[in-house]
Amino acid sequence: MATAPKEFRFGNFVASIVWLVFWILVIVTLVVLPLIFVILFFVPLPYAGDEVLTPYLFFSMMVDPTRTVPIIDFLIHTDLFRAAIFPGFAYAAIIAAATIYIERKFLAKMQLRTGPLYAGRFEGILQLIADGFKLISKEVIIPSGADKPLFWATPVIFVATAAAATALIPVAPGWVASNLDVGILAIFAILGFFPLLALLFSWASNSKYPFIGGLRALHQLIAFEIPFILSALPIVLLSGSLNLSEMVESQYLFWFFAVAPISAFVFYISSLAELERVPFDLPEAESEIVAGWLTETSGMIYGLIQLGTYVKLYVLAALFVVLFLGGWMGPQIFPQELIPNYTGEKIYNATVVNGIFWFTLKTFGMIMLILLPRGINPRIRIDILLHTGWYKLIVLAFINIFIVLTLIYGGIITPGGLQ
Amino acid sequence: MSKEYDREFEKKFQETTRLGLEVVKESEEDRLMTLSVGPQHPGSGHFRFTIKVDGDYIVYCDPDPGYVHRGEEKMSEYRNFIQNIPHLERPVIHDSTNITYSYSLAVEELLGVEVPRRGQFIRAIASELNRQVYTLYWLAIYGIFLGHSTMFMWPAGDRELFIDLLTALSGARVTHAYNIPGGVRNDAPDGFKEKCLQYVKYFEKRLVEYEDIFYNNPLFRQRTENVGVLTKEDAINLGVTGSVLRASGIPHDIRKVEPYDVYDEIDFKVQYMKTCDSFARAYVPFLDMRESCNIIKQLLDKMPDSGEVRLKLQSNPKGQPGESYKRVESGRGALGYYIVSDGSPKPYRVKISVGSFRNILALPHLLVGSKLGDMPSIYWALNYWPVEADR
Repeated sequence: MATAPKEFRFGNFVASIVWLVFWILVIVTLVVLPLIFVILFFVPLPYAGDEVLTPYLFFSMMVDPTRTVPIIDFLIHTDLFRAAIFPGFAYAAIIAAATIYIERKFLAKMQLRTGPLYAGRFEGILQLIADGFKLISKEVIIPSGADKPLFWATPVIFVATAAAATALIPVAPGWVASNLDVGILAIFAILGFFPLLALLFSWASNSKYPFIGGLRALHQLIAFEIPFILSALPIVLLSGSLNLSEMVESQYLFWFFAVAPISAFVFYISSLAELERVPFDLPEAESEIVAGWLTETSGMIYGLIQLGTYVKLYVLAALFVVLFLGGWMGPQIFPQELIPNYTGEKIYNATVVNGIFWFTLKTFGMIMLILLPRGINPRIRIDILLHTGWYKLIVLAFINIFIVLTLIYGGIITPGGLQ
Repeated sequence: MSKEYDREFEKKFQETTRLGLEVVKESEEDRLMTLSVGPQHPGSGHFRFTIKVDGDYIVYCDPDPGYVHRGEEKMSEYRNFIQNIPHLERPVIHDSTNITYSYSLAVEELLGVEVPRRGQFIRAIASELNRQVYTLYWLAIYGIFLGHSTMFMWPAGDRELFIDLLTALSGARVTHAYNIPGGVRNDAPDGFKEKCLQYVKYFEKRLVEYEDIFYNNPLFRQRTENVGVLTKEDAINLGVTGSVLRASGIPHDIRKVEPYDVYDEIDFKVQYMKTCDSFARAYVPFLDMRESCNIIKQLLDKMPDSGEVRLKLQSNPKGQPGESYKRVESGRGALGYYIVSDGSPKPYRVKISVGSFRNILALPHLLVGSKLGDMPSIYWALNYWPVEADR
């Protein structure tokens, strides 16, 4: 059903649009343009590479598109681009969006359903956008007695924390927003914030079910933090570095999955628990505690937390790829030159594109593996979960550490590769 | 709390107050958190129970049914015997053939009539098919309760098989109003027998997959095994019925102990388990589904190919003054009707005895002392249908 107001007249509609355009034109010519010229008079024009970014440059770009290459080259090497767009947050958010769509379709196929079908004509490909608009348009309800500033701040901090972790993931040789020498420690430090946020939010909600959910989240995440860190230790021993890029580079002969399969298993299970995914979705256990620590979320607050969760999923899948599956390493399949006999400045780098391709492919494979248990498992109980975390996984992690130490002291492998 | 602890606490309390610090003593009551599960909780249905938790343990449980009470029993007194059928199936629409089955049996006893043989067989087939529909729906919800989404989707999808068959019989998907005093409303369509056999054979294959994927899953077993143990004695004392009773090691099935219509001609086993836990209560309905497939095959085999399915009654039948009590085995256990007639076309009093209401009596007994995480697996394994219990 079309939803037009009762007293709708097309003439009024056109008139209102014309009225709006008129006022925009008046304001732009009288206020905005003078303001821009005044500012431009005092502020020096920015440099992009060797050129000054003047308005005339943009006109010349229209004639000769190759003139944009140095500027693009300059822009993609700025820190802001790396942190915000690639390989930082925007890349992670796009992967997160793809993950949500893949999860729905994948799970639907497993359960003999079709999944999203109508939005976007082809297999419901625009379902996520529809859901996003729905969440934005919904009212955010804050329960009475809630701690308002915390209630608003926590979802934003949640996304920010997840985004911070993406800055440390090396996607291709040289392509990492922040190439820290203690990258792996920094990632674990950032991931350690999430239980705190869950508890803060559940406390701010001022409700019983979120409180139980928050406590469960805290118990669960602390129980799995230790095996999580211990499972990364063999890789540190093998590569002799805490830098994630160097960890990838030291896997040029073989993937560390070959010598640390038990650690990889422990890492996988722990990351399921960190992500609160089935079978470890206790903090959000629907049939027991409504929606756990997310019970009082509504509208975009829920949307932000979901975004943060899926970005976190990308971070953990990417971390698994970096630690165990050789990161960007893979056979060269892209040609060295995209356009034959091209002699201008170029931004295409075959090694980097190849690295991005293999990294993304492996990450998606890992994401599928993380999504899989949701289709085949029920939820685990809290005491079994804690027992698994504190007893079994820690022991397994130590076993692999001893195996790796034996290999190193036996002289079979040295830190940095085979002997 | 011991007295020694109290004295120590007092000493500490005085010290700290001297220092100007505030200390609040924690009492037993402060430790407990009262949670209201339902009627808007995702894991309750149209039902509410209040629980108190001490840490992760439930120490108190108070079931509070009655949110969907519709006065079915009183309503029955104002309508005649035939008019009662459509509203009496409302309490449990997923098992609507069984809830009208025992009513029809009781009314037939009052009227002193006997259903034609083919009608008896079709009734039994419809009853078995509808029991499958109910059990699949119940299993699907159990999946949701355990957080297993595939366990919801598969049974909810396979339920359509039996809904198809029942639609072919009665013309309605869910509320069939198929059993009426004197037989069934209409005869089975042509080719029903072949279609039914084909569907049942397909469903038997699916049941094998169900067992592999749901019941042999180690996490499912961890959640349900040795959880909420209801011993044989307790089961008898609390008066539970149906699959809950059979899961406690008592082979009690109305179809066997009080055969009605054609069930004495059918060869089947009463499925029961001796482990008495939630797993047994979840597994016995599954075994029942498998046995029910056998029963349907036998019924189709023995059914006469032609004949009357419905006895011609007068338009407004009335019987002799008297009373009758008949019960059948429904998806949730014994479902009985006690009807008193004063000789008029309307019943003087109708009392519905449902399995759900008997099974929920075991809930406080099982929940107290168990963990909060076990609450869904215990509650829904009791085979409780809130709307039916409220009537």
